[in-house]
Amino acid sequence: MAVYNEKVMEHFTHPKNKGILKDYDAVGKVGNPVCGDVMEVFIKVKNNKIDKISFRTFGCAAAIATSSVVTELAKGKTLEEAEKITKNDVIKELGELPAIKIHCSILAQDALREAIKHYREKNKKKK
Amino acid sequence: MKAYLDNSSTTRVCTEAIRAMLPFFSKKYGNASSLHQKGQEASEALIRARQTLAKIIRAEPEEIIFTSGGSEANNLAIKELAFAQKEKKQLITSKIEHPSVLETCQFLEKMGFKVTYINVDKEGIIDLKELEKAINKDTFLVTIMHANNEIGTVQPIKEIGAMCKKHNVIFHTDAVQSFTKVPIDVKEMNIGMASFSAHKIHGPKGVGMLYKRKDIKLGKLIHGGHQEKDVRAGTENVAGIIGFVAAAEQMTQEDTDKMTELRDYFIDEVLKIPNTQLNGSRTKRLCNNISISFNYIEGESLLLRLDQKGICVSTGSACTSQSLEPSHVLLAIGLPHETAHGTIRFSLSKYTTKEELVYTIKQLKEIVPELRELSPLTK
Repeated sequence: MAVYNEKVMEHFTHPKNKGILKDYDAVGKVGNPVCGDVMEVFIKVKNNKIDKISFRTFGCAAAIATSSVVTELAKGKTLEEAEKITKNDVIKELGELPAIKIHCSILAQDALREAIKHYREKNKKKK
Repeated sequence: MKAYLDNSSTTRVCTEAIRAMLPFFSKKYGNASSLHQKGQEASEALIRARQTLAKIIRAEPEEIIFTSGGSEANNLAIKELAFAQKEKKQLITSKIEHPSVLETCQFLEKMGFKVTYINVDKEGIIDLKELEKAINKDTFLVTIMHANNEIGTVQPIKEIGAMCKKHNVIFHTDAVQSFTKVPIDVKEMNIGMASFSAHKIHGPKGVGMLYKRKDIKLGKLIHGGHQEKDVRAGTENVAGIIGFVAAAEQMTQEDTDKMTELRDYFIDEVLKIPNTQLNGSRTKRLCNNISISFNYIEGESLLLRLDQKGICVSTGSACTSQSLEPSHVLLAIGLPHETAHGTIRFSLSKYTTKEELVYTIKQLKEIVPELRELSPLTK
């Protein structure tokens, strides 16, 4: 069992931006229930900026905390800026993560990037 | 309000054990191998301890080998029987054993032994037909646990013992979880060796024992002295052993009846939460084990949320909690990976109260829906 710091526990216990956005433009889904982690990041884009963002996660405390943090970091950013958010930014924001839980921060980064990718694909088709 | 529901991991040391141990730290601190009076005082206490424990399992006092705990007893029984073999190379175990049995078996495989792992059904009961088929003239040991540490399933060890006797194979059982909860009679059950631990029954940590039938010859696990039938050198943990005995003597039928009643109440209440299931057998089950899968949520999250409310539980078992892999026991009974990931073990003790369980159920009814709301798997 991993022992988490206060920041991780705070995001785990009171996650920010949880649930499904009613009017989302795109969703990024990563992970696999077999491995014990599934993350979904929903985004609503306005003027090339992430106007609204939310997540749903099946996983451990670290998975929930990293999802919460990545949505906080991406909120209000342009798509280009949000895309550059890495697992290290997520870990830095949380202070630290146990080594065995680093993969959760990668999932959080990937879920956000997937959502942006899907948004762009959808928009390309529209144009 | 708090609730300690992780008694299969470890238990609170009972007052009787603490009281019995204390003089052996401060006054009767002699080395049981010393010839002087202080030593003999300790030695006599050990003789009495052996008699008492032997009587509880219907063994002879000289058949008791004290160890540092259940894991050591399992290592001693399996490895040292294997290394004492001249020709036979095969041992048989089940897929749901404790890691101290499974990993010892895997170690022996690397040393050139053959290990057969018997399947279990969806309740976790071993397939007796498969076991009988697996026994051959090369088999020197069958090691099957008495009761499972994760899902509480109690194995038909009398039948297994009879089968082993028929085929002239030694039968070892890991009785760490069942001791004082399910009666054990090593003679009637044809058990050749059995492992026990003190800290699971309100005794201290760091003490256990291996029962070894007189005629079974083991190799030496620890060199450096002739203690413990010359298989385990080292000054005996007299205080710990005395605590072990005191704890073992405390358990009564009333305690198991009370735990059974509380267990059944808890199971019925928790299963009222939608999309939950009980793992293991409803009837062939330890009186203190409750293993529940909560669909769509991950066990660690639920464990930590309960911990914040002062409730101690575990996911699978404490021994596997460093691992991200779901429990081998839950997979062996056929649970899908995602269900195995969402499994919590609640384990009671004779000190568990109904109030603790009522409180835990109340918290579960709040936390489970919250975590499910967060989960993309929720249907």
